Amino acid sequence: MKTISLKIDGKQITAREGDNLLWVALDNGIYIPNLCAIRDKPEPMAACRLCFVEMSGQTQPVTACTETVTEGMEVNTRGTEALRLARRGFELLMASNRVDCAHCVRSGSCELQKIAHHLGTKLKSKRLRELRRDLPVDNSHPQIRYDPNRCVLCGRCVWVCQEHLKTGALGFAYRGFERVVTTFKDEPLATTRCDQCLKCVEVCPTGALLPKEKARAEARLRA
Amino acid sequence: MTPKAEAVTQDSKDEEAINRQETRLALKRFGRKRWNLIPILQKVQARLGYLPREAMVEIAAYLGIPEIDVYGVVTFYNQFRLNPPGKHSIRVCLGTACHMKGGYITLDAWKRRLDINSGETTADREFDLDTVACVGCCTMAPVTVVDNQPEGKVEPTKVDGILLAFELVREAEKKEAKQ
Ligand code: FES
Ligand code: FES
Repeated sequence: MKTISLKIDGKQITAREGDNLLWVALDNGIYIPNLCAIRDKPEPMAACRLCFVEMSGQTQPVTACTETVTEGMEVNTRGTEALRLARRGFELLMASNRVDCAHCVRSGSCELQKIAHHLGTKLKSKRLRELRRDLPVDNSHPQIRYDPNRCVLCGRCVWVCQEHLKTGALGFAYRGFERVVTTFKDEPLATTRCDQCLKCVEVCPTGALLPKEKARAEARLRA
Repeated sequence: MTPKAEAVTQDSKDEEAINRQETRLALKRFGRKRWNLIPILQKVQARLGYLPREAMVEIAAYLGIPEIDVYGVVTFYNQFRLNPPGKHSIRVCLGTACHMKGGYITLDAWKRRLDINSGETTADREFDLDTVACVGCCTMAPVTVVDNQPEGKVEPTKVDGILLAFELVREAEKKEAKQ
């Protein structure tokens, strides 16, 4: 494949033609907020709407995860319009998310904190009314604790689960505000065909899927 | 297990077996392609009246897709039911007019009286409860459609009235059966 050169935030970068812009940026140490991007997935989901950038030849900001790099391309990850869109998306996402960093073991390694920091916003906006879902936590599994209230529906766990098991245990169900990552018939994780590969826990960007020992440490934190 | 509980589990086992069989019959006409999922679900629901767990398991196996994906589609579309239809259908209108006239209060009354949520069926399979969005007779708001018959001004007291009428009919039927 042809190598090409492009500029991201003024930095000269070489990449292979046709590579995905988001991963080119990330691999070159330029952070663009993202939740739903999966490196090996051929079709990007483009669902989280956080990876907006501004680009030469485009009047509107575009999602980096759906762009491929071309020769001479100039990208600005810091444009005001792009950041405004990303902030708005993040704000909406967080309005239905349970934020309790003081009692969360992912605090410090949480992607949501990283994104808030990068965008210069708070995790919770004061403008939007909080819409919580109060879903039951699934503690059935010997290795995993799943708290859907901290899930941002990025779909990373669903993807790895389906890749690993072929007919996977995790998936999306319901519609609109009720949309949730769940199991067949919302049955306890322990009763599914999960073979405990724990890849879902690895890729979860938040504290929604936690290994049991971390979940226990967290319970002690609360006590 | 009490004899009664035993009878109930036996009943539900029989039902499960029938559901499986019916589903397999319906599946025969379809190719094993993922894009057949929705037509399959429609066909199976037309046969069974709803999509029980065992039917979804059969369909997933037939198409070679995860069970959760079948469940995802079933829960996405309003046209699919996860619960068996009741003898009587209760549809509470939450269209604009009915919403303004307190349709949610009516819905709450139905939920409380029947002790089920929207989308569910009572344990005795007498009633199933769901919502609709405008049935075209907004002047009667708040409307509840009872067995395809729109009832107007359904305030919580009228909910009790409608249920009482059903109760009376049932009692009369029981008496008749005894004679
Ligand atoms: S990473 Fe691009 S939309 Fe989610
Ligand atoms: S809104 Fe209920 S009938 Fe029109």
